[in-house]
Amino acid sequence: MSALSDRPTLEFQGISGGYGGSEIIHDISIRVGAGEIVTLIGPNGAGKSSVMNATFGQLQINGGRILLKGEEITGIAPEQAVRRGISYVPQVSNVFPNLTVQENLEIGAWIRRDDFRPRMEEMFALFPPLSERRRIPAGALSGGQRQMAAMAKALMVDPEILLLDEPTAGLSPRFRGEIFAVVRKVNARGIPILMVEQNARQALGIADRGYVLVDGHCRMEGSGKDLLANPEVGAMFLGRRADEETSPAPNPGSEAPAVDGSTTQSMRP
Amino acid sequence: MNELIGFVNFHLIPGIVLGSIYALGAIGLTLTFGILRFANFAHGETMTLGAFVALVVIDLTNWHVLATLPFAMLLTVLTVLVMDRLFFRPLRTGPTVILLIASFGLMLMMRSAIQIIWGVDLETLSKGLAIPWVLFESLRIFPKHLLIVGAALLLMLGVHGLLRHTPIGKAMRAMSDSPELARMTGIDTERVVMATWITGAVLAAAAGVLLAYDTHLDSRMGFRVLLPIFAAALLGGLGRPYGAMAGGLVIGVAEELSTYSWIGDGPLVSPGYKSGVAFAIMIALLIWRPSGLFRGRVF
Ligand SMILES: Nc1ncnc2c1ncn2[C@@H]1O[C@H](COP(=O)(O)OP(=O)(O)O)[C@@H](O)[C@H]1O
Ligand SMILES: [Mg+2]
Repeated sequence: MSALSDRPTLEFQGISGGYGGSEIIHDISIRVGAGEIVTLIGPNGAGKSSVMNATFGQLQINGGRILLKGEEITGIAPEQAVRRGISYVPQVSNVFPNLTVQENLEIGAWIRRDDFRPRMEEMFALFPPLSERRRIPAGALSGGQRQMAAMAKALMVDPEILLLDEPTAGLSPRFRGEIFAVVRKVNARGIPILMVEQNARQALGIADRGYVLVDGHCRMEGSGKDLLANPEVGAMFLGRRADEETSPAPNPGSEAPAVDGSTTQSMRP
Repeated sequence: MNELIGFVNFHLIPGIVLGSIYALGAIGLTLTFGILRFANFAHGETMTLGAFVALVVIDLTNWHVLATLPFAMLLTVLTVLVMDRLFFRPLRTGPTVILLIASFGLMLMMRSAIQIIWGVDLETLSKGLAIPWVLFESLRIFPKHLLIVGAALLLMLGVHGLLRHTPIGKAMRAMSDSPELARMTGIDTERVVMATWITGAVLAAAAGVLLAYDTHLDSRMGFRVLLPIFAAALLGGLGRPYGAMAGGLVIGVAEELSTYSWIGDGPLVSPGYKSGVAFAIMIALLIWRPSGLFRGRVF
């Protein structure tokens, strides 16, 4: 992981912006180096999704620059962003629900001019649960599978960088683990990843670096390890959820209830 | 027995014929709604335009009505594309209610243009007497009814092929699902919009020609069928082409069956009022099931 590569894949230089009215993010400078996993954590409403939106022309940018491999792409239209090699899996509505899983992948390859079928088979190999469900409408998938379909769709173009907005939101712990494992697998193919996450501990655990966003300001940055060890981060994000994420079942004999209230019957991969 | 034959001859068959024509119109309406997100009031006049193009071709060549379809479709498509460029495209980034109002204005303009060019009189596409085939000594089938239903079925099959098996058709469905995600995926949305207009115009032209073939045509034909077509699209769930097919058939059959003597000797609904049936179905739907029978979307 060359965190110090001199030309980052994606770089925000002092980006400020909002949605017409008030400014939501202020002077954000972040950087995703070649091959890195970078995570963006912060409380709800901090502006994490807005940072992602900024790369896709979904946010009105008032100041600063966004660079992709050194080339300025500030304020680019979404169609252009994906053609430049940025793939974005938004937090919600990230698949076409009335299209089958396979059709979602086909549409994901829309900008490709070559034969995308080998890539599609690769994706089905990377996400085996999707392979069996390729003819099912994506809207009928379970939460975890839907997230996988969204990622597979976004990866059909072989992007320069993958943006993931809360890929494990609302998933059971087991599915969460699966998604994080897949994120690492994708990254191992050399695709840098910028990921917004609520499950800070696990996200920081696999991230090379992380940024802490509060009220639209970047409050902290550091390596995943340093942020995990940081007491302030611990108090802010890890304390409340620490036991739920890491503790092994205290007594294997007694069936523990689903910790986060999400359904357990949907856990079959 | 006679009772049944009369029911089939005079209500059921005409209902299926009318229903398949409504279905063609409703598919175009529902597609524009799903992808451009507005109810296109000018869709009925688009049908009328197609029928008048067919009339011109028949006057010039004396061809069979169905042979005029390609010309009617071509001219209608061109007109619709020009209108999109002039009226709808500049308004596309604004709120969709503006598009709706623009389409209302366009409807009035198109009707006036049609009246200026072709007048307001009643015209027919097929001259001469229609003689039905008689099956089982009493079942009467008009060849033109078979042709109309056949042509409509073929076109619907074509729509199915387009939406399920071609990249642009899949992109149309994708954009109907989520225009934002479609853009983030790199889909050229203007191309999809164009494909939608073309599909809608082809089907509208066909619906207009077939309706004129079934009965007759005049400059207010499109306006008369706009309501049943809206009802059909709504019944099928706005934005759902397969729903529109079913909805069209249901409305067409319901209109014709409403004039059957269900109670007593006279027709249940006087034929003069049968277009009120679509209206009644639409009102009932809006009250009890605004998302349509098949769970479409309503924005
Ligand atoms: N499309 C939008 N239009 C207007 N305001 C928005 C929009 N999206 C988000 N916001 C506002 O921006 C702020 C930050 O939201 P968001 O970036 O989604 O935060 P996060 O992803 O960290 O939870 C919130 O106050 C939210 O209400
Ligand atoms: Mg968010």
